Amino acid sequence: MAEASGAKGPSGRGGAASYAVEEKAGGITFRPAGDWSVAPILAIDDELRAFAEAKPAGESAVFDMSALIRLDTAGAWLIDRTAASLEAQGVKVSYEALKEGHKILLDKVGEGGLPKPTVPERSSLYVEIVGRIGAAVVAMWSEALVFVEFLGHVLATVWRSIRHPSRFRLTPLIHHMEKAGFDALPLVCLLTFLIGAVIAQQGATQLRRFGADVFTVNLIAIIFLREVGILLTAIIVAGRSGSAFTAEIGSMKMREEIDAMRTLGLDPMDMLVVPRVLALLFTMPLLAFIGDIMGLIGGGVVAVMQLNMSPAVYIERLRAAADFWTFGVGILKAPFMAVVIALVGCRAGLDVTGSAESVGTQTTSSVVRSIFLVIILDAVFAMFFTAVGL
Amino acid sequence: MMDMADQIAEEPIIEVRGLLTKFDDHVIHENLDLSVRRGEVLGIVGGSGTGKSVLLRTILGLKSPDGGNIHVFGKDLEMLPEDERRAQERRWGVLFQEGALFSALTVAQNVQVAYREHLHMGQKLMDELAAVKIAMVGLRSGAADLFPSELSGGMKKRAGLARALALDPEILFLDEPTAGLDPIGAAAFDELITDLAHTLGLTVVMVTHDLDTLHATCDRIAVLAERRVILIGTIDDMLQSEHPWIREYFHGPRARAAFAGK
Repeated sequence: MAEASGAKGPSGRGGAASYAVEEKAGGITFRPAGDWSVAPILAIDDELRAFAEAKPAGESAVFDMSALIRLDTAGAWLIDRTAASLEAQGVKVSYEALKEGHKILLDKVGEGGLPKPTVPERSSLYVEIVGRIGAAVVAMWSEALVFVEFLGHVLATVWRSIRHPSRFRLTPLIHHMEKAGFDALPLVCLLTFLIGAVIAQQGATQLRRFGADVFTVNLIAIIFLREVGILLTAIIVAGRSGSAFTAEIGSMKMREEIDAMRTLGLDPMDMLVVPRVLALLFTMPLLAFIGDIMGLIGGGVVAVMQLNMSPAVYIERLRAAADFWTFGVGILKAPFMAVVIALVGCRAGLDVTGSAESVGTQTTSSVVRSIFLVIILDAVFAMFFTAVGL
Repeated sequence: MMDMADQIAEEPIIEVRGLLTKFDDHVIHENLDLSVRRGEVLGIVGGSGTGKSVLLRTILGLKSPDGGNIHVFGKDLEMLPEDERRAQERRWGVLFQEGALFSALTVAQNVQVAYREHLHMGQKLMDELAAVKIAMVGLRSGAADLFPSELSGGMKKRAGLARALALDPEILFLDEPTAGLDPIGAAAFDELITDLAHTLGLTVVMVTHDLDTLHATCDRIAVLAERRVILIGTIDDMLQSEHPWIREYFHGPRARAAFAGK
């Protein structure tokens, strides 16, 4: 004789589940008792599983259901599972005192048969690592191809717009110029101003050791105009507008708005992508220019306050330190970075599939990818300008 | 469960009295009364904008009423302390219109959420019970490992139903269960609901527009109009009503087609 009982379940309704097994001549009697609903049965699940899998004595089992008070599908599953397991070992199972409602439940859960355990296929660690690296390389290559193809597609669309100006959408262009360009001004101004001030302050402290603190102005002028101004602007725009492009286009894709456009004979390239690309192309150089100015002002404030330099002297020294190409090298990069950010953002939006989750992952990857590409592009330009002697 | 149902069949399982709901100044329900009997399948019908879904959400406690009170299982949800309210919520299951499956989880994991969070059940038993529920709603076993975005509309509803049934609720709420399904799929779903309501001893409250569903599954129908329930009764009561909206609804060409086989 074996007994098991479960404690009161955490759900707070019903009591406890228990069962008793009695050995008789030629077989066993299995007697479930109490409340066999989803919470109480947890306590007896393991024990019952072990009982059902062990080779029972005798050739028949009687399930005496008279002491069972309550049964739900989870409890019915446990009883059905026990019966099926015993029958698989050649034991004849019969029921006694089975209530009508309980019989319906037992039949219902038995319909599906024993569920097959799903074990995911696992390969060895080495194969896994090599496989993942390979998959990542292949994915990167195909991504690069897709990007080039997309660039070509956009260029073709722009060319078509130039030949047929009626296809060109002015209103969305202005809208996106305002949203991606003008609305970004406060953030760009504030951040470049602060970074300019920080660079000047740090530079002055270090250069003072050599008694060369007047060269702080050269440091600010070169570093800001050539590199930091444009890079900072590009990163802000990628985070602010690139992600917005992905989310906007992505949620339209998700709601089938883009398919709806196609069926109405409207080209999503014309309507969505080209205005965004052109808007960034036009506004990024302007933003970068204003960012440069604000960075120089930030540096100037520190120079005036910390180095006791008069504003007029600061400007004079700036003119000596930087010529047009110091500025030109920086601002020349702006349109290229603008195109990269806009293309990555729009492409990621169009890659969104049905779920809301995919909008989230695409937005994240769009920001990561565009910042990554912007920095790569900056490095390539640095090599190029060094080679041509600027 | 069913024995208990016989004993207290007289006491309504859901009792709504004098309900007032509004959005800002826009009154949706005013002085609305509704009582649902244990074990019945009740359909709620009404024109667009009469607040059928709002009524469902208010009963579920997703929107708090602006007046009146709602008793489910004899208790007012608004007055219950937090833990009792949670326990109460485990005694009903809800199928939302689009299924509302968690998109980051597979079908099986969606069903297991309640087991994992409320009962801290072991993985093996969870897998077995999820498979039982999935088979019960008529999904093939391969569907268990699919994500919601990989399912068709009908499969989403079935998966949502499997999740709603995870804890063996006493009341099942359905919001437009057959909307967006083809007639064959809708008929199969009607049959599934009737079958489950019978085998599991469920009380079902559904909002629906589908006349075939009303006819095939519902014991009683509540008609929502003029900000309240204007009539509650069987299909025959509906057919005999003189109210112009009810006449139009139940005697229109679509209704005649749906009830033709009667």
